[in-house]
Amino acid sequence: MNLANIISSIEKIDPELHDRLDSRRGAMQQFAKIGGKIAMAAIPFALGSMFKTAYGQSTGDVSSVLNYALTLEYLEAEFYTKGAASGVVPAGTPAVGAINTIRDHENAHVAFLKTTLNSLGATPVSKPTFDFTAGGTFANVFTNYDTFLAVAQTFEDTGVRAYKGRAGDLISNHAVLTAALQIHSVEARHASHIRQMRKARGANIKPWITGNDTGGIGSAVQASYNGEELTTQAGINIQNFVNANAASESFDEPLTANQVLAIVKPFIV
Amino acid sequence: MDNKNTLLPAHGNNSLSLPEMPGRRRFLSYLGLAATSATVIAACRKDKDDKNTVPPGSIDLGAGDMGILNCAYALEQLEAAFYTQVISSPFSGMTANEQLLLTDIRDHEIAHREFFKAALGTMAIKSLEVNFSSVNFGSRDSVLATAKAFEDLGVSAYNGAGQLIKNSSYLLLAGKIVSVEARHAALIRDLISNGSFADNTVVNLNGLDLSSKPTDVLATASVFLKSKLYAGNLPTS
Repeated sequence: MNLANIISSIEKIDPELHDRLDSRRGAMQQFAKIGGKIAMAAIPFALGSMFKTAYGQSTGDVSSVLNYALTLEYLEAEFYTKGAASGVVPAGTPAVGAINTIRDHENAHVAFLKTTLNSLGATPVSKPTFDFTAGGTFANVFTNYDTFLAVAQTFEDTGVRAYKGRAGDLISNHAVLTAALQIHSVEARHASHIRQMRKARGANIKPWITGNDTGGIGSAVQASYNGEELTTQAGINIQNFVNANAASESFDEPLTANQVLAIVKPFIV
Repeated sequence: MDNKNTLLPAHGNNSLSLPEMPGRRRFLSYLGLAATSATVIAACRKDKDDKNTVPPGSIDLGAGDMGILNCAYALEQLEAAFYTQVISSPFSGMTANEQLLLTDIRDHEIAHREFFKAALGTMAIKSLEVNFSSVNFGSRDSVLATAKAFEDLGVSAYNGAGQLIKNSSYLLLAGKIVSVEARHAALIRDLISNGSFADNTVVNLNGLDLSSKPTDVLATASVFLKSKLYAGNLPTS
């Protein structure tokens, strides 16, 4: 085991390692101090404890969040890739460019997350097999444009809530947290545009989420919107300042991993 | 040795008047936030426990998480004041749909501003004086271009500030707000040019949005502020 190599590979993906451990020399000394007292067999544990000092959590936690994000990005990337190829988006309209843009971003997110996981020494999860009809609930998803947009909206709004729900788990890893936030806001831009596309098709909807309203999609996606109706933040009643609709719209709410996995489960075979 | 002479540029630059600077405090005050992050970084190279001296007339954003939340509060004050003006004096040709959406955005920004004010309590910076002299509120182009700048700035500011926040509850609150700012940004961009909601001026080849350091954000925001903000006590890592 070459400790210097391990530290240097971590430095490549986390330039702030030094700040966490004072310095490179500090990292070596800290390790040597532990290493002097224990048997060689215990070294992996000592190393783990050093990383725990550096990150306040195991690298495994960070990897699990990244693999969780990767699963959602696989879902979105394949959805838009298939959608764009299916002809469901009316040819010759601006919608084609918009869907292609979003498709490219989701595929870029997949590639980026895989690269990040690999550089952490973790194994990216494999892409699941998807059923975008969700067992027949959205049977015409790739032949009916409105169904396609409805599913797209649900994926984007859910994605925003999913990333938000895991940000706290990344708080000690600055590089990964920042990247996750940078993906999170892109998903919100997508959500805003898809909602405008649905509005142009006659849906009664705005770029932001009002209450727990699905925008006319209905009960099949209600779980993606439940909880968004919150109008109290950190104990402060936002309705003291603005009306109830604006109070709920002005803050997007997180979803837990379990809530998100339940939402996407019907789409995974 | 005459210090003044050592500061003189070889071929005098009147616009900077460096030789007249009596000291660092004056230098900081002179440049204000329009200065560059270098100024602020220089001011930060002191022991972390030693609070930096705030230049006279400047408003100290503070340190730690409270400092970061005050940065957000400053931005939200700016945005709320801007959209309040947009709705009270609509640009010519504002459609009913635009009025509806811009009124919503105004209300969201007011909600954010008042939330931070209440949450920060006695730690909150005072109400800021804005300077919108560069905005033509009668012109759709001018208003939407300014709105786009504010919204994209807000997104990059929250994205960049996340890693400076220590308390995960505050991080979550920032996360709840930033996605709403991103929804605004996308809408405003589409009102200017449909399909530009996430174009390559804001999203890179990895599919990542912008992220900016507080000092850079405040330098941009300072153009729209009469009040001078001091960022020298903000966390930098």
